[in-house]
Amino acid sequence: MSDKKRLDLEYSTHDSDKMRINVGPQHPSTHGVLRLEVEVDGEIVSEVIPHMGYLHRSFEKVCESMTYPQIIPYIDRIDYISAMNNEWPYVMALEKMMDIKVPEKVEYIRVIAAELNRIANHQIAVATFGMDAGAFTPFLYFFRDREYILWIFEKLSGARLLYNYFRVGGVSGDIYPTFKDECLDVIKKVRKTNAEVMDLLIYNRIFIQRTAKIGILPADVALSYACSGPVFRGSGVKYDLRKDETYSIYDRFDFDIPVGKGEVGVKGDCWDRNIVRMHEMEQSCKIIEQALAQMPMEGDVTAAFPKKIRPPKGEIYMRAEGPKGDLGFYIVSNGSDKPERVKARGTSFVNLSVIPEISKGYMFADLILILGSIDIVLGEVDR
Amino acid sequence: MGLLNRLDDPYEGGGILMGTVEDLLNWGRSKSDYYLHFGLACCAIEFMAMNASHFDFMRFGTIPRTSPRQADFIMITGTVTFKMADRIKILYEQMAEPKYVISVGSCSNCGGPYFEHGYHVLKGVDRIIPVDVYIPGCPPRPEAFHEGMIQLQKKINEQSIFNKRKKLKAELKKNNLISK
Amino acid sequence: MLPNEIYNNLKTEFGDAIIEYNDAQPTDPFILISTGMLFDICHTLRDNEEFLFDYLMSLSGMDLGENVGVVYHLYSMKYKHKLVLKVVAPKTDPKVPSVEMIWRSADWHEREAYDLMGVIFEGHHNMIRILCPYDWEGFPLRKDYKVPEIYRGMKVS
Repeated sequence: MSDKKRLDLEYSTHDSDKMRINVGPQHPSTHGVLRLEVEVDGEIVSEVIPHMGYLHRSFEKVCESMTYPQIIPYIDRIDYISAMNNEWPYVMALEKMMDIKVPEKVEYIRVIAAELNRIANHQIAVATFGMDAGAFTPFLYFFRDREYILWIFEKLSGARLLYNYFRVGGVSGDIYPTFKDECLDVIKKVRKTNAEVMDLLIYNRIFIQRTAKIGILPADVALSYACSGPVFRGSGVKYDLRKDETYSIYDRFDFDIPVGKGEVGVKGDCWDRNIVRMHEMEQSCKIIEQALAQMPMEGDVTAAFPKKIRPPKGEIYMRAEGPKGDLGFYIVSNGSDKPERVKARGTSFVNLSVIPEISKGYMFADLILILGSIDIVLGEVDR
Repeated sequence: MGLLNRLDDPYEGGGILMGTVEDLLNWGRSKSDYYLHFGLACCAIEFMAMNASHFDFMRFGTIPRTSPRQADFIMITGTVTFKMADRIKILYEQMAEPKYVISVGSCSNCGGPYFEHGYHVLKGVDRIIPVDVYIPGCPPRPEAFHEGMIQLQKKINEQSIFNKRKKLKAELKKNNLISK
Repeated sequence: MLPNEIYNNLKTEFGDAIIEYNDAQPTDPFILISTGMLFDICHTLRDNEEFLFDYLMSLSGMDLGENVGVVYHLYSMKYKHKLVLKVVAPKTDPKVPSVEMIWRSADWHEREAYDLMGVIFEGHHNMIRILCPYDWEGFPLRKDYKVPEIYRGMKVS
C-alpha cells in the first residue's frame, strides 16, 4: 500500500490551517527511535500518529531457530533497561510446563535481583523525564546511584546491562560473600537520593506547574487499552500482579501498592505517574530488606536444573510484573527442544497505544512530557 | 602535555613555540569533537551511563549536539534495521565535512546476535556508511568507549589538511598504483 | 469460573458456533470457536454479568500449516478468571472479524498479526503494516517465508 493511500485513510479532514510536523526518529527526547506524526494547530496538538518498527529485530522469528536456553539472551534485549524482570516470566513459564520446583534460595535471589532492577529502571524513568522537563541534575544523581546497583549485578552475573542470569530451574551462579552488606548499603544510598530528588524535583513548584493536569488518563480508558504498571496505577486503579496474581514468594513480604490520587492536579496526570514510580522505589527497598533477612544461606542454586529442556507438547501464557507493567510470554511447544512459537507481549507496545487518545488538546511541549511519563522502551515496542 | 608542564619555566629568549600549522589544527579538531545525539538500542543506555558523572565523557571535549549540521561525529549505538537505514544515510549526508563515524556494539559492527536469523536487521552499518572506529561488545563497557574515543583522536591527529592531493599522489606512486 | 463452566454457558447460548473445548494438554485449556460469530461471542464475554472479561491480555497470530489461527487471552478484573479463545481460517482466505470495537487494545495487536502473519481483520479502521516497512513484501513469521535478497539496494542476508 503506497504512502499516499495511508495518509488518506488516517486523516479525517485536511485543514489548511494545520501543520504536520514530524518528531523523530532521531530526536533527543523520544527515548529511542520512535516517529510521531503530529498535526498541530498553532501550538495545540490535534492529532498524533505513532510510527514504529525502527528497531524491529525479528525476535519471534529468531526464537524459532534457537533452543530454549539459547533464547534467554534475546529476551534480555527486549526491555534492555530491566533485563532481570524480562527473563523471569519466560523461565517461570517453562518451569510450569515441565513441572520443576526451584529451591528456596533461588526464589529469594530472583526476588532481590528483580526488585533491584525495578529500582534501576525507575531511576532512569524519572531521570529522563526530568531531563525532558528541563532539569538536568536529577539525571546525574540517579545515574550515580544506578552505578552502585550495576556493580552488584556485575559481580553477580558477569555483565552490567544484559545479564543472561536466570535459567530454567535456577540461576546461573550463586551469590558472593559480601552480597548482603552491599545490597543494604545500596538501599541506604537510594533512600537518601530519593529524599533529595523529592525535594528538588517532584515537589518543585515549576515541575508541578509543568506536569500536573497534563495527559490525563481516565481509568476506564486505561482498562480498555489494556495498560498496566505505573500508567494504570497512576489512574487510581490498585492492580499489581505481585498481589493480585501472586507468583513466586511475593506472598511472604509485606509491601504496599502506591496509586495515583490526584494530589496536586487531576487523578491520572503525568505527575501522578511519576509519584507512583518514586513510591514504588521505596516499596522495592522494603521488599529487598525483608528478602535479605529471610533468605537461607545454604543451598545449591543449580540443584533443580533439568537434564534436557524439552517441554511436553502444549502451550502456556505466563506474565509477571515488570517495572513498566506486565510482560507476558506465550510459548507453544511441539515436544522438541526448539519452540514452535514464542510471542512476547511487550508492555510498552500496549501502553504506547494510549498516546493518540490522551495527548489531544495540549501544547506541543506537553506532548514530549506525556510521552516521557508513559516510560516506553523501544525494544519492547518493536521487539 | 609536556608543553603545559613547562609554562612556569619559559624558554630562553622569550618563549616562542614552533610547530606545524597542521599539528595545531589537528590538536584543536581532535580535542573538541561534538557528537550527534543519536541512540538506537541497548548500547545507548551504556552511552547515557558514560555521559553521567562516574565515567564523564565530556572530559574528552565532547558535547552532545542535536542537529547533524553542528556535529563532528556520529556514534551509531545499537541495532540498525532496514527501516532505520535510510534515515541514518540521510543524517550522515547532512553532516558537514570533516565528519567521522564510530560504530558501537556488535549489532552495528556486524549484525550482532541477529546475524543469522534476523530478516529486518542490517548486518553491519558499514554496508551503508564508512566507519572510522569499531567498538566491540554487547554492550561495550564505558571504558571501551573511552578507548574508542582515544583511537578516534589518534586517527584525527594523523590526518593532513594541506597538500592533501600531493601527498596522496606521492603515496600512490610509491605503491606503484599509478604511473605518473 | 473455571474454563469448562464458561464453555458450558457459551454452548447453551451459541450452540454450533462453539466448536471444541480442548483441555488435553498439561496447561492452559482453550475454546475453539468459528469465525462468523466471533464478534458476538466476544461482546457477550465482555458485557455479560457472569463473565465480565474486560481486559484483553494478548492477541497472537499462529501458523498452523494450511491454516492461520488467532489466539485471544482474556482476563477479568472483577472475577480474576482467564480464558483462551482460538479462531482458525484457511491460508487461501485468511479473514477474521476484528474486535477492536470491543477492546481498544486489539487495534495494534491486530495490525501486528496482519504484518507478521498475514491475517486480515475485517472491520478494522486502518489495516496496514505496523512493524515492518510499508513497502515490505511477504509475511515474515510464516513457516514458508523466504527472506528477500535485496531490499532498496541493501543486501539482506
